[in-house]
Amino acid sequence: MIAGWINSCYESIRNWWVACGIPLVWLDIIRAILLGIVLAIIVVVAVLILTYVERKVAGHFQSRMGPMRVGWHGLLQPIADAIKLIQKEDIVPEKADYWVFTLAPFVVFVPVMMVLVVIPFGDHLIVQDLNIGILYIFAVSGIGVVAILMGGWASNNKWSLLGAMRSVSQMVSYELPLILSVLGVVILAGTMSMGGIVEAQRKMWFIVYQPLGFIIYLFAATAEVNRVPFDLPEAEQEIVAGYNTEYSGMKFAMFYLAEYANMFIVSMIGATLFLGGWQGPLLPSPVWFLIKTGAMVFILLWFRWTFPRFRVDQLMDFGWKVLLPFAFINLLVTALVVII
Amino acid sequence: MAEDRDRILKTMITEDELSAIEARPELKKDYRTEEFWMNVGPQHPSTHGVLRLVLKMDGEVIVDCVPQIGYLHRGLDKMAELKTYNQYLPYLDRADYVSAMLTEHCYVMAVEKLAGIEVPERAEYIRVIVSELNRIASHLVWLGVLSLDLGAITPFLYCFREREIIMDLFEMLCGQRLTYNYLRFGGVAFDIDEAVNPNAPHKFLGITVNPGGERGVDFTTLAYRFAEVFPDRVDDYEAILTHNEIFLERMAGIGYLPLDVALSYGVTGPNIRGSGFAYDIRKVDKYSIYEKVYNGTGIEPPTGEKGDCWDRYKVRIQEMRDSCKMIKWCLDNIPDGPIRSKVPRVLKVAEGETYMRIEAPRGEFGIYLVSDGTNKPYRLKLRGPSFSNLSVLPYMIRGYKVADLIAIFGSLDVILPDCDR
Repeated sequence: MIAGWINSCYESIRNWWVACGIPLVWLDIIRAILLGIVLAIIVVVAVLILTYVERKVAGHFQSRMGPMRVGWHGLLQPIADAIKLIQKEDIVPEKADYWVFTLAPFVVFVPVMMVLVVIPFGDHLIVQDLNIGILYIFAVSGIGVVAILMGGWASNNKWSLLGAMRSVSQMVSYELPLILSVLGVVILAGTMSMGGIVEAQRKMWFIVYQPLGFIIYLFAATAEVNRVPFDLPEAEQEIVAGYNTEYSGMKFAMFYLAEYANMFIVSMIGATLFLGGWQGPLLPSPVWFLIKTGAMVFILLWFRWTFPRFRVDQLMDFGWKVLLPFAFINLLVTALVVII
Repeated sequence: MAEDRDRILKTMITEDELSAIEARPELKKDYRTEEFWMNVGPQHPSTHGVLRLVLKMDGEVIVDCVPQIGYLHRGLDKMAELKTYNQYLPYLDRADYVSAMLTEHCYVMAVEKLAGIEVPERAEYIRVIVSELNRIASHLVWLGVLSLDLGAITPFLYCFREREIIMDLFEMLCGQRLTYNYLRFGGVAFDIDEAVNPNAPHKFLGITVNPGGERGVDFTTLAYRFAEVFPDRVDDYEAILTHNEIFLERMAGIGYLPLDVALSYGVTGPNIRGSGFAYDIRKVDKYSIYEKVYNGTGIEPPTGEKGDCWDRYKVRIQEMRDSCKMIKWCLDNIPDGPIRSKVPRVLKVAEGETYMRIEAPRGEFGIYLVSDGTNKPYRLKLRGPSFSNLSVLPYMIRGYKVADLIAIFGSLDVILPDCDR
């Protein structure tokens, strides 16, 4: 419904544009910029809500109230936090590599925005339904680790470097089971397009056919976004704050924003691939999508406030010796079943 | 002693096990790497106060460690020489502020021994009750911070929730929540019957109505209820930590402390019991009324087997349960009577010297006291358990990773004000 309305608007603007005789390229550029702004707003709003939800959920897990002071039940807390972060002094350490240090928080945001392009938020509510959607997601999200390495290296701080190295080794070893767990879904759907995968789940969600794949995805995705129990790159009790030790003010906020946005994105991908995406009865499709994403996010929060943290070598063991073989078995069985 | 010796030999790590620890794969390598020095602290999230560890690292692996202490040095030993015996008591609360009742207990016992002051039995019971309550509070801080160090944030808040009840109890008793100044030479400051909490209903103890009526709940009711409820809470902590695979992997099999090393470094308290030696000063010295308490409750000091972080963890968990039993027994059997014997306002202690020690939550807390017959100590030397327990850290962490350093250091339960004094 919403998508239809947007499309008809776009059509009429396009017709008018052609009638005026301006090249269509300009329209595409304007459209891309507008969509970018819309996605950025979605990300920021989602992160603001998520920080509030996280603190509230954590509070109730820990038999306390969570934020209560700013606004009704602390609803304005994220805004207060954002204002505080903007006001903070932007410190660049004297011996830091200035440009790399400054660029890193922006680079970390690139994959976040790029991945959002192929996420189906609702019925036909997708920026661009690429036919290689999943491949694109994993190709793009690999950039994030570069940003973390940049930040850790340029800070010229041993803790930051340790955090960055942990992050790289962790992401490399968890990317594999992550992709393998998703491949099962791709085999079942017969397409890599995100829209197509949602369509393929019209009868039954893939979590029913791929329970093991879902669990592997959940673990690997948690590791991918550096959440407890895999939050080694920023384990504050061990290596102070990891790669963002030296960051302050808005640059720190960017890392923070990207981290929460990533959490939201892996939840959205999980909801799309395993929980039937935007499909559901009665309610409008974006609402269903939000509910499913919310459920995934809640699981991640639950993990965080329950588990202790792995050690580096245990993390690697778990990735290579447990998750990867199971992902292979899952893939093999799925492929065999589909062929037979 | 011979039995003790046999027991020590039996529980010691064998030569094979020791060489297996020393030949950790992380310590061997075929490629060239460069070692670097790194400062953990004095400003670091998990140094439990102000400790600086200078680490020699090879990547994530710790090659060497030099603890630097003294950031919290306040000269407590010297201060004692400038204050009268009475005036010095509040200062001792700051020696180990997580278990202030026990440091006070040690000091008043040392002075009483030297001055020949008798303590009424009721006061001894009250002393043991508050000591054991404070032991639980101290272990709760340890458990919470340990789980926090390992990345589990929720148990920390559960622990502090229960610690809050103990703080409330002490507040009822003496008006203070951390530095109590509650014990007196020859007794205690206030009777537990006088302690009443007007804001009585205590949700976490299951007391929803106000049983004391207008007056509020009295100390005995609340403390007894706490001792009844608390073992269930310990079960909760165990459910979230002990039975968690990740926690087990982080704690078990790391940070071995062989008994002979522990003995040579002077490690005491739960740490040495974790290494398999049932050495508890409450049991060995039988000070205060602990002999009766042990006979009455039939508690044996818990011990570990191997001396790894897991054993130390289990020992402390068991101690919390034992302390609950002791509190219950004391509240059941507490006699009526005076809470203070007559002590002159200006206390002059006879010439002489003495060493008094107690079982603090971290180990042997001792006071060596020399008196020259005036109203001030001639010399007072504190023996903090944390100092010895910290000294053994470099031995324990060689070859482990940074993450293990945090776990091992956490399992030792060092508190820096007690170490620096």
